[in-house]
Order: sequence, then structure tokens, then C-alpha cells
Amino acid sequence: MALADKDRIFTNVYGFQPWNLKEAQARGAWDDTKALIARGRDAIIDEMKASGLRGRGGAGFPTGMKWSFMPKQPPLDQAGNPKPSFLVINADESEPGSCKDREIMRHDPHLLLEGALVAGFAMGARAAYIYIRGEYIREAETLFAARDEAYAAGLLGKNASGSGYDFDVFVHRGAGAYICGEETAMIESLEGKKGQPRLKPPFPAGAGLYGCPTTVNNVESIAVAPTILRRGAAWFSSFGRENNKGTKLFQISGHVNRPCVVEEEMSIPFSELIERHCGGIRGGRDNLLAVIPGGSSVPLVPASQIWDAPMDFDGLKAVGSGLGTAAVIVMDKSTDIVRAISRISYFYKHESCGQCTPCREGTGWMWRMMERLRTGDAAIEEIDMLQQVTKQVEGHTICALGDAAAWPIQGLIKHFRPELERRIEERLGGIAVAAE
Amino acid sequence: MADRYIEPDTPELRARWGNFAWTEANAAKAKEIVARYPEGRQRSAVMPLLDLAQRQIGAELNTQGWLPIPVMEYVATYLDMPVIRVVEVATFYTMYNIAPIGRFHVQVCGTTPCMLRGSDDIIATCKARGMKKGHTTADGMWSFTEVECMGNCASAPMVQINDDNYEDLTPERMNAVLDALARGETPKAGTQDPARHTVEPVGEPTNLVAMMTQNHDYRSEW
Repeated sequence: MALADKDRIFTNVYGFQPWNLKEAQARGAWDDTKALIARGRDAIIDEMKASGLRGRGGAGFPTGMKWSFMPKQPPLDQAGNPKPSFLVINADESEPGSCKDREIMRHDPHLLLEGALVAGFAMGARAAYIYIRGEYIREAETLFAARDEAYAAGLLGKNASGSGYDFDVFVHRGAGAYICGEETAMIESLEGKKGQPRLKPPFPAGAGLYGCPTTVNNVESIAVAPTILRRGAAWFSSFGRENNKGTKLFQISGHVNRPCVVEEEMSIPFSELIERHCGGIRGGRDNLLAVIPGGSSVPLVPASQIWDAPMDFDGLKAVGSGLGTAAVIVMDKSTDIVRAISRISYFYKHESCGQCTPCREGTGWMWRMMERLRTGDAAIEEIDMLQQVTKQVEGHTICALGDAAAWPIQGLIKHFRPELERRIEERLGGIAVAAE
Repeated sequence: MADRYIEPDTPELRARWGNFAWTEANAAKAKEIVARYPEGRQRSAVMPLLDLAQRQIGAELNTQGWLPIPVMEYVATYLDMPVIRVVEVATFYTMYNIAPIGRFHVQVCGTTPCMLRGSDDIIATCKARGMKKGHTTADGMWSFTEVECMGNCASAPMVQINDDNYEDLTPERMNAVLDALARGETPKAGTQDPARHTVEPVGEPTNLVAMMTQNHDYRSEW
């Protein structure tokens, strides 16, 4: 059964109506936020835990539990004064294939701002910083304007929404670094430094922004919170399979007839998502080659395995991939699959922050190797060597960018090794013919 | 990591930019930006201030603006931080131009989702007009860069030119946008598909149909 319009959280996701406060309120945003806050910190966190919401930024960590890690009593600084806590909202959407937070911020920014207040209150934060990627220039303009509207209406700031709680929201623009989507790199960047990830521990909930307790959440995780609280955990958890609850913005790009962003139930089968909303695969089902189901960082899945797979964390894990940000990149049989993955390798080479040697050197090495495999200018053994190198990068870096660079290549070798070998043999055959 | 090279520090550069200062409007803006961060944490403002400086220079030169070393020094002094920390930031983040740039910065996304939808043709369109990757045309009009994923994947392929995105491109649509810009016009930003609004399934609305015509409130149906 399809998700009904009344059960969609982002009703203005396509921007047919204005994003402004008045219209957003008419759609249900900022509706008695005071009452939500009056429930108290523990009740809000319990409701979020019961809803089964898992973080929408890719890793899928339970959101309610993340909020509960924030200290109930603020730690003291050296002078004995209590440290403030911060909420950082990750709007640095840069994962190739992902384009959902953009739609939230430019078409429904008030859902995000209200979520920031509710989440910030639940974790005892003094302020929220929304870190929006630098390339989202118009989106940031909308967000600044929406924030000003909310302040003018008394919804944010001192005694926010009449709740008696003081809460500020600030917007911080990035400047074009994918790595700042990693939570500790984002914190470094917010402090005015290069965005290079920090070693954990200490985790941000202990020592994050300015050394204060900090929680970093994805835009979508925060923006759905007020609706979950209004409609109840039971409503939200009525969608999706066990451990994969709720509704989710899916972003389908590549070789479908109608690429789009659409909110659907978690666990919707891939085939249904594509057939219902995207007009099917270009050239029909038989023309499907492979799918990258969760943004460039996850391994690809060949056509035969993806077709009936439920689009959720566990369903995609079962086919050796992951839900990630639910950015579904569809590739039909016209695709040069080696080039498609090689281009992703180039992306990681470009975006490596340069801090850890395995990633800084490995991403460039892997890309150059992928380019040789693309033309078949390699030896068969080098496929295994590449596989080994990906294993030497994976898990040996401070953050997950090294893993993210390794996985797409591992997926390619796992599922398309015959294609890699064919290219090498074809080229060798060509050379042999030329020699005769 | 991206291969980027900072414009050398020369006496001519110092003579040109050594007395950079905020305009009156930007001085007020800079103050407001620093106030967004807690007291004593003014360094956090380095990113927005570099952007502000780049835009001020852009307005002065009628280009997209860039950051000469003396301007980075000015920002460092303004925020009471070491110059090298500012230079680090300016060179780390790709949106800071560390060398002069043209009137229009044509940034075509070439990452896989755009590649699958035909960004090769868009790049070829730019090249056919005399643009070269990483260079500015001799007339100073067009700087051309192939960039990494811009987050417009459901309306790929796309280009960002200055502050606006143009999506759902074909070579014809790309040429139309560039022609309009060259004539001094402001083409409509967003999708270039006349049948499409933003990122909905084009021509076949599958959801939220009521929203297309009015600001529908679904709460009565809960």
C-alpha cells in the first residue's frame, strides 16, 4: 500500500506553495510548540525512542538514544561555571546522489527550525547551529529568511514559542568540503578551522563544539521530530519493518524515466518505489544493470538482487549494501559501470581531507588504478591487488571517508569482476593482433 | 585533494590589495556575523568573513571575486587570529577562489549521478564555446570548473553559475542559459524543463497532488 498524502511529513517538498511562516503554519508547522516542550525532556526523548526513528544522515543511529547521551547536568569549565550544550544540525548534504535536505530547507524550512527548538530543548542545548553546505546558496538565503521570520514571531530566541526556554538558532555556511559532513570535521569547521575529523573518543556528547557537549543530527532527523511528537510514536512506527520504522525521503537519480524526490514508507520494495514514482527503469525492467541504493559510499547491487529488496537499513544490508541517505542511483545497461565507479573514486580522491595517510594516498592510488581498469590497461592480478589495497584503506583512517572510498570498488569487484577481466583480455587481444 | 595553487605574494599584489577594508555596509555585516558565535570564539566567523571579503572584491572587480593574501591578512587581524590559520581555511575549502576568476563561474557537476544523465554533453557544450577546465576565457567572462556533486541529483545534469543553479540540462538548454547570461539577462534559475516545477516526477504527479493548486492542510485527515 502506498503512503497516503496525509501521512507525509514534508507536504511542501516540491515547493508548489510558499515556504514562509504563514503558509507553513497553515500546513501545521509551529502548532502549539509550547505544548510539545511542556511535556519535558524525558518524555520527548522517550517518545522519540519509541518511534523507532533512526538517524537519516546515513549511519542510522537511533535518534532518541543519541539525544539521551547528552548530560543532564552540564559539566563545569575550569572556572567552575557550567558549560553550555549545543545542537549542530548537519545540512552539509554532499553525498553523491543525495538531494533531500535541500528540498526541506528551501521548501519547508520551518519544519527544520521547529525541530531544532524541540530537539535542542530535549537535549538541554543552549543553541543550534545549522551547518549548510556552501553550494546551497539560495537554500541558505531561504533558511536565513525563515529564521528571521521565526525570531520576529517570537518562536525562537528568548522564551521561544512562549515555552519559557531560551533557544537560539544560527545558520553557518560551509564552503565546499564534503568531509565537513563528518560530525567532528563539522565541529572543527564551525570553530573556524580546516574540516579535518577528530579522533573519537572523546565523543561530541562529551566534548564537541568549543569543548562543550554537542549532538550532531541530520536535517531530516530533526525536521521530522515535531510531527512525530504531535502524531505519536505509534503512528510513526506503523510504517516500515521492525527496526526500520517510519517514513523517509527517497531520492532517485540516474536511469529511471522520471527521477524525483519522494517521501515513502521505509521498507518499500525497490521495484515498487521505481514503478510507482519514477515511471520504471529507462527501457524497462530488463534493461536494469545495477543500483547504488544509498549514495555513492555504499556498494552497488546488481539488478537481480535489488529488484525485490526492501528499501531499509536491514534489507539493503542483506544484499551487501546499505540504505545510507536513501539516495538511489539507478544504472541501466548502457552504463559504463567501471567508469561510473571510477568517477566515484575520483570524487573521494578530490574530497579526502589529507589527514590520514591511507586515505590521502590510497584514494588517489585507487582512482588511478580504476582508470586503468576502465580501459583494460592492467594485468588480471591487479584486480586482486586493488581489492587488497581497499582493505588496507578501509578501517585504517580516523573517519569513514576511507571506508566510503573502498566500498564502491569492493562492490564492483564482487559483482562485475568478469567485466573487468573482459576489458583487460580484450585490450591484450588487441595488442596481440596488432603485433601479428 | 584538489590541486589548487595560491596566487603568489608580490609587491604588485600588495600595492593593489594592501589597503583592503570593509565597505560601510560590509563592516556592519561583519559585526553581525561575529556576533553569531559565543564571546571569545570569533574565529568561528572566519568562513563567513572570507566569503564576505570575496564577494566585496567580486563586486569591485565585477567578477566572482577572489582572496589575495593581503585580504586574508586583513581578515586575520579582524578576528585576532594567526594569518596562517586563515590561509589554511582559504586553501582547504574549494569555494574560496585563491586566484583571480572571471565574471561568470560555470561549475558543471560531473559526479556519477550527473554523469549518468549526460553531464559529458554539458561539459562538451562549454568546451565548444571556448571554455577550458580550470581556466578563464581571454575576455574574462567565463571561468569553467568541473565540480563534485552539488546535491541536485534528482534534476541532473546541472550547472551552478555564480549563485544560481540550472538543472535538467540538455546541450540546447545549456546554450540558452549561457546565451542569456552573455546578453546580460537573468535566466530563470532551477529546472530548465518547462514542464517541471522542482523535483517532482515530471508530468506524472504521484503524490501530494492537492498541494499543486492550494496550500492544503492535511491535518483534518489524520
